[in-house]
Amino acid sequence: MAKFITLRFLQGILVLLGIYAVTFFLVAATPGSPFSSERAIQPEILAQIEAFYGYDKPTSERFIASLGNILHGDFGPSAVYANRSVTDIIAESFPVSLKLGSISLAIALLLGIPAGIIAAVKKNTWLDYVPMSTAMAGICLPTFVMGPLLALVFGLIFAVLPVAGWFGPEFVVLPSATLGLYYAAYFARLTRGGMLEMLNQDWVRTARAKGVPERTIVWKHCLKGGLIPAITFLGPALAGIISGSFVVETIFQVPGLGQWFVKGALNRDDFLILGLTVLFASLIVLMNLLVDIAQVALNPRLKYD
Amino acid sequence: MKLLRNVILAACMGLGLASCGDRERATDVAAREGILMMGNGSEPKGLDPHLVTGVPENKIISALLEGLISYHPTDDLKPEPGMAESWESNDDYTVWTFHLRDAKWSNGDPVRAGDFAYSWQRILTPALGAEYAPMLYVIKGAQAFHNGETKDFSTVGVKVIDDKTLQVTLEGPTPYFLNMLKHYSFFPVNPRVVEENGGMADRASRWSTFENYVGNGPFVLKEWVTNQVIRVEPNPTYWDAGTVKLKGIEFYPVENAATEETMFRGGRLHMTNTVQPDKIPIFKEKMPNELKIEPYLGTYFYRVNVTRPPFDNPKVREALAVSFDKQLLVDKVTKGGQAPATGYVPAGIPGYETSDKVKYDPELGRKLLAEAGYPGGKGFPKAEILINTSEAHRKIAEAMQAMWKQNLGIDVGIYNQEWKVYLDSQSNLDYDISRSAWIGDYVHPSTFIDMFTTGNGNNDTGWSNPQYDRLVAQAQVAQSEEERLGLLREAENLLLTDLPIVPVYWYTRVYLKDPRVQGWYPKLLDNHPYKYVSINAE
Repeated sequence: MAKFITLRFLQGILVLLGIYAVTFFLVAATPGSPFSSERAIQPEILAQIEAFYGYDKPTSERFIASLGNILHGDFGPSAVYANRSVTDIIAESFPVSLKLGSISLAIALLLGIPAGIIAAVKKNTWLDYVPMSTAMAGICLPTFVMGPLLALVFGLIFAVLPVAGWFGPEFVVLPSATLGLYYAAYFARLTRGGMLEMLNQDWVRTARAKGVPERTIVWKHCLKGGLIPAITFLGPALAGIISGSFVVETIFQVPGLGQWFVKGALNRDDFLILGLTVLFASLIVLMNLLVDIAQVALNPRLKYD
Repeated sequence: MKLLRNVILAACMGLGLASCGDRERATDVAAREGILMMGNGSEPKGLDPHLVTGVPENKIISALLEGLISYHPTDDLKPEPGMAESWESNDDYTVWTFHLRDAKWSNGDPVRAGDFAYSWQRILTPALGAEYAPMLYVIKGAQAFHNGETKDFSTVGVKVIDDKTLQVTLEGPTPYFLNMLKHYSFFPVNPRVVEENGGMADRASRWSTFENYVGNGPFVLKEWVTNQVIRVEPNPTYWDAGTVKLKGIEFYPVENAATEETMFRGGRLHMTNTVQPDKIPIFKEKMPNELKIEPYLGTYFYRVNVTRPPFDNPKVREALAVSFDKQLLVDKVTKGGQAPATGYVPAGIPGYETSDKVKYDPELGRKLLAEAGYPGGKGFPKAEILINTSEAHRKIAEAMQAMWKQNLGIDVGIYNQEWKVYLDSQSNLDYDISRSAWIGDYVHPSTFIDMFTTGNGNNDTGWSNPQYDRLVAQAQVAQSEEERLGLLREAENLLLTDLPIVPVYWYTRVYLKDPRVQGWYPKLLDNHPYKYVSINAE
């Protein structure tokens, strides 16, 4: 297992390097500049600014310099936000996203997985139809509809929760519910599918014929395998949820990472784009590694190799 | 409904949310405490007056710093004493002497005349790369110093007579210099603090971070949470601290207009930064006391690339300019009470006669287009309108497209680019027609007229007219304000004859304001001296 992890880890590093290089050169090739502004900047001033951020050097030289910095954990300054470094920005917004993400994920798992299991076990009864139709609606109802809807109902009509902001525990409820419900719907459908596949296996029929109680079949024999699709989805979901959902952050004015992704791209804040890409890619790589480990643990047919 | 509400309340209590229920809204609590909660557009890019260029930054900086001259609460032109207690100029407005009052920085240092000299040297230092440095070119020798022709700041017309007296020599007679001084590029920074944090020319200086910020304005920073809120509280060392009524201001960087509206209605903002155009008619009906529509010193217009046929023909440009119904556009599309722009310089500048040269006249448009060789639009090459990505700009462009099609029989397309790419295309003249806007830096027509001189970095149309350049140059050295305004008016007339631009509308500021907020009056540049603002508890 140690060998497996080491190997995957090294693979991950390679993937990250590749992603970094591709992003760097794509960003460099994009038209526009972080320093262009609606009011014309005189060429002499522009040259000073560019020199300050190292833009006066050729792209390849900049790439090597920035790669060196990143390996030392220095993501550079923000090209747009004076006196803030990319590390500052990430250090401020990542914990917010982590909090929002983990609470949302908890909601998603606590609602989605039990709903999926019940729906599979009670297939074609109202315990299947009601949660699954709700889940279908949840998937179809994007967060930019769900969010304002929740804000309208709980924030404006009933006025029980704050409509936006990020100041105390009550501010977490609506954004994490919006994000959590959306993912809960996915988990519910994936779990139901996985469980149904297990419950239709020949050996389940054999077990039932031998008189094994239904409870044991579900909980002991099918649950592990039935959760595999959901676990597979967990990796990307976790990375996506933690790196922030731009839409939910915008609707509820949450100071997380998601807003920076969009601001970075729109401002052409090259260093910020690169820093966030590395962070996001690392999260995905890490989560996928954890998911692979979990899958092998759950599925005896897979082996570490 | 009642049952549902009780269920939700019970659920909330079950979750241990103590703050649930019929609580006071955040705005009510704040109003009682004298704290103003404002929507402020976006997260400020910084709070260093010499490096920033945006409106959200300006709104915060004007609470933290004060220049020689300050904003008057109601009058856009009237100079309000700031750090300068009194001032005088020689007869032709080229030499100004400012007498500073006894004022202190928030760290207790006295504000000295030398602080202004240091600050202006700083913004003009080439290595700092300040975008707004050209604002100071009005000062004698400033441009040469900024271009690096000399490293000796004593060649610049800024002279410290003593700690309390500053003498400024200008390039030419500039009676409106006092108005320019209200702009943050002229604001002082504390030299000791700047030197301790990397020095004069350090772009990444940390003097303007939350921990290090030292100001001389009515408020000081209390809290700065990125993308969330900036809180300021009264500055006890401010010279006019007795006048300051508010106990604090909270600036919320809410970019999304829908979220901002929800926050206003949900009791989390006393004032919004903007209103969604589609919602304006609803607010007009439902919240007439909250909705504010006020003139703003800005023009929305289309640039026309005069280097590309068929737009090199002035008749084609004029045909475009007169063949869309501006009134219809502002009534049905923008809806924010904007005024149809019949000229370029916005209405409302005292002493300056607004132009009504470019009126809606489709008949004339058709005639001009026919004279240009495209009768009924026949043979007119396919042209494109460039916009930066935004739903609002697209709607306006679509309206123009339809009206030009209907009135002139020509087909124009629309394409959008992301902001930074769009800026590049515009300055490289890589467009046919490009959506543009200009907001004045100070209340004077020159802030609009100067930019269309030959080779000006903001011209971006390829247009050049020696007579226009001459008029602008003459205006800069005119001996009287009347003569100057006359020359600028003549220049504007020329611009509106050649029409490298198609004026669309003059801006308004549309926002929601809690009626409890007092002492906040319409201002052409949206600069409100916070020390006069107050908020009623009821």
